[in-house]
Amino acid sequence: MNRQIVQLFGLFTLLFAVLVIFTSRWTVFEADSLADNPANRRPLIEEQKVPRGLILASNGTVLARSQGEGRGENRTYTRTYPTGGAFSHPVGYSFITNGRRGIELYRNDELTGDEDEFASILSGLESRDREGNDVVTNLDVAGTEAAVAGLAGRKGAVVAIEPQTGKVRVMVSIPEYDPNLIPSQFGRINNDPNKSFLNRTTQELYQPGSVFKVVTATAALDTGKVAPDTVIDGSSPRTISGAPLENSGGEDFGAISFTDALTNSVNTVFAQVGERVGAGTLVEYMKRFGFFEDPQLDYPGFQMIPSGVRRNGVDYVESDFDVGRVAIGQGGAEGALDTTPMQMALVAAAVANKGRLMKPRLVDRMVQKDGRVKERIEPDLQAEVMKPETAEQLTAMMARVVEEGTGTAGALAGIRVAGKTGTAEVGANREFTQPWFIAFAPVDNPRMAIAVTVERTTGQGGTVAAPIAKSVLEALLGGGAG
Amino acid sequence: MSARTRELFGLLPVSLLVAAGFAAILATRTENVSDATLTYGAFFLGLCVLAHLFIRARVPDADPYMFPLAAALAGIGLVLIYRIDAELAREQAQWFVVGLAFFCITILLVEDHHVLERYRYLIAAASIGLLLIPRLPGIGAQVNGAYLAIKVGSIQFQPAEFAKLGIIIFLASYLRETGDILVRPRLRPLPYQRQILLWGIPAVLTLLGVALFGLGLAGSVLLAVFLFSFAAVVRDRPSPKHFGPLLLVWGLAMLMLILIRDLGSSLMFFGGFLALLYVATGRLSLIGVGSTMFFGGAFFLSQNIAHVQERVDTWLDPFKPGVVDKEGYQLAQSLFAQADGGLFGQGFGQALLELPGGASILPAAHTDLIYAVLVNEAGLFGAAGLIGAYLLLVYRGLRTALSASDGFSKLLATGLTGVLAIQVFVIVGGVTRVIPLTGVTLPFVSYGGSSIVANMVLLALLLIVSDHARSEARRRGGLV
Repeated sequence: MNRQIVQLFGLFTLLFAVLVIFTSRWTVFEADSLADNPANRRPLIEEQKVPRGLILASNGTVLARSQGEGRGENRTYTRTYPTGGAFSHPVGYSFITNGRRGIELYRNDELTGDEDEFASILSGLESRDREGNDVVTNLDVAGTEAAVAGLAGRKGAVVAIEPQTGKVRVMVSIPEYDPNLIPSQFGRINNDPNKSFLNRTTQELYQPGSVFKVVTATAALDTGKVAPDTVIDGSSPRTISGAPLENSGGEDFGAISFTDALTNSVNTVFAQVGERVGAGTLVEYMKRFGFFEDPQLDYPGFQMIPSGVRRNGVDYVESDFDVGRVAIGQGGAEGALDTTPMQMALVAAAVANKGRLMKPRLVDRMVQKDGRVKERIEPDLQAEVMKPETAEQLTAMMARVVEEGTGTAGALAGIRVAGKTGTAEVGANREFTQPWFIAFAPVDNPRMAIAVTVERTTGQGGTVAAPIAKSVLEALLGGGAG
Repeated sequence: MSARTRELFGLLPVSLLVAAGFAAILATRTENVSDATLTYGAFFLGLCVLAHLFIRARVPDADPYMFPLAAALAGIGLVLIYRIDAELAREQAQWFVVGLAFFCITILLVEDHHVLERYRYLIAAASIGLLLIPRLPGIGAQVNGAYLAIKVGSIQFQPAEFAKLGIIIFLASYLRETGDILVRPRLRPLPYQRQILLWGIPAVLTLLGVALFGLGLAGSVLLAVFLFSFAAVVRDRPSPKHFGPLLLVWGLAMLMLILIRDLGSSLMFFGGFLALLYVATGRLSLIGVGSTMFFGGAFFLSQNIAHVQERVDTWLDPFKPGVVDKEGYQLAQSLFAQADGGLFGQGFGQALLELPGGASILPAAHTDLIYAVLVNEAGLFGAAGLIGAYLLLVYRGLRTALSASDGFSKLLATGLTGVLAIQVFVIVGGVTRVIPLTGVTLPFVSYGGSSIVANMVLLALLLIVSDHARSEARRRGGLV
């Protein structure tokens, strides 16, 4: 009998080992997937008990804070947004019942103080309660207010970026929404016909029109296909890809230098330059600027969309399109240009920073409750788009646009501005316009790049978008003093 | 150091454990540790010392580790239940005292466990009767689809907990007598024509079964194991008339599935039975026949009893949409709670037990899912510690069986220990999704009067067997 009893003990040991193995399976190996299981409400309930960190503007203004309710173990926190709608698109929201968006989503782990197993043991030993880190953004309050005031309720977008660092100082999309109303009116906001949840700076594509000529010019100058003083026939109309193309208002410029062609936004010249550059090279330069992929922004992926050439407004195409018409920011049936305002701001920023495109960044640093900086987001090079000389030539050409060309309304007192206007014609009968202005300033040492667009309106980029850019740049660069 | 002194010293860390556990929970609740925790610890220690003195007086040679181990488990149980609901913990503490009383009464009444053999048929009949009471109209109570409890007034009572003791006593006695004659190995090997016939028939039948009924892999394996085991039993000249009571036990396990509708207790009984059968006969073939008959029967019944089938389905996929909020909710929440515990747990008193608003997030946290609460609070390490404590207890129980000199003592100690071990496996395996989740208690830890009292009696019987075995060994001058 004894042999069997010993064998039985072996069997029980084995069975108990299976129990420990399965317990390890749930506690360790599959713990993460269980925590992410949608039926698991524990993480939500736990997070409700954790005071999320503050979200702050660059000057310390509180954009989001957690408010406690109840006492002891039942104390829970909900989010309030003291600045209302102005920062709603970059900051987003976070509510247990409605989920998250924006920085609230992208920086959720930092905001909730989510720690790995080892770190949470250490904080357990120090008997620290779990608490979130503060997130300090690069967002500028005065610039944001100027952008909101400039758009004045018209649907549109303003993005301002520091060229040397990639810091996003302004991200305004109108209409905005009041994040404080999310718990009570989520359905209404979500079904709003004006699409107020849509972040028009990163999530909506517009035809860029002539602001895209900066990209075409970059490819042409950088590859040596043309120089600023190359003379090109600017007569109108000209046949491009088998169909006549006209300048704005049918104006005939005759033989004209490349610089003057940018100053006056001559379509026929840029279409020819586009054909000289070729679709392959143009696409290559577009990719250097970040086209054909989501912006490399610290922002949720579902709130961004790639810019590029699209067929039927759906499929991205990299060849076989009407390169002459794409070169002037339009396109044809085989593929037309669609860009986000963020992408055009990055184009301006790359030129401003001597061709070096920095990754755009909404957040500057994460700060612990005791004031220690937990993590700082350092400037990061995204791409060397063009040679420094090309950037210098383009800067000089773009400065002329603001001094004597289509963009004079963007000029600042005492600060030289380089820019480019655009006016795409949209709507079934081309009855609306999509005015654009991209710019950077000061010309000698650019500290700010900007893109402004207004959705389906009337009027020119130079008269509608440039004044908005001007007021935002004034707010960001400190009036006329510079 | 004498065995009893070792036992006394073993109780000290147990009391410290209980005091520390209460301290941790009170600390998270009130942020300052009151004297209450020391009171709890001292009270627990006092009770255990009383029981220890009783053991010292009545069964002085009994194993010195089993009682402190059981006390440690009961202490952990009290701490966890206190964590879930202070009122339940107060009741459980009362039941612990009642359990200790039954422990002492058992030791007083059963001076020599061999007297139990005399009443084995009475005990068997009473046990079967106990099992069937919950189906009686009026006092039977259905809990979560299973008929495991009876209700008299406000007191709920789970007769299966006591029936398991009776059935083990009966089987130990019956198998002591018949173990050697159930099967008798042939002295000469069979002539090879007979050999071919003996092994050929199961092979042909298995292939036929697969071909005719289109059995799946599991079914084919089950059939093959059954037929070949059966052939092996036949080879060993079985004694059919002695199989009667054993078939009765199989029928009883099936009946339990039908009547009580609880896969867990059925598995526990039948597992204990198979363990005893193996130890008594040393024949794996018998285990092969028995276990395939059980699994076959259980499979057939699970197809036909909605409650059992539901348990099996949720075990296979608790997260299926539509299931996870209903039938699968308990198991899914158990796994979520364990995932939340991680390697080291959230700490005593820190795990999330309530939804905002006060509803419980873990159904039956204090009984079925108490292991999940432990994993949540003490993590994988705490859980491994608990399983380790059970393994030590099982080890000491089987050591007792090894050291006993007569067959009945060996089988009794093996059966009692085995049924305890299988019960641990059934409930912890259910909570960790090794097997379908059923409603048996975690011995000594779960809330429940019947459970703690029955397991205290089980412990008392083990100590009695141990006392006899070790005192005899001491008289003979052998090593203990």
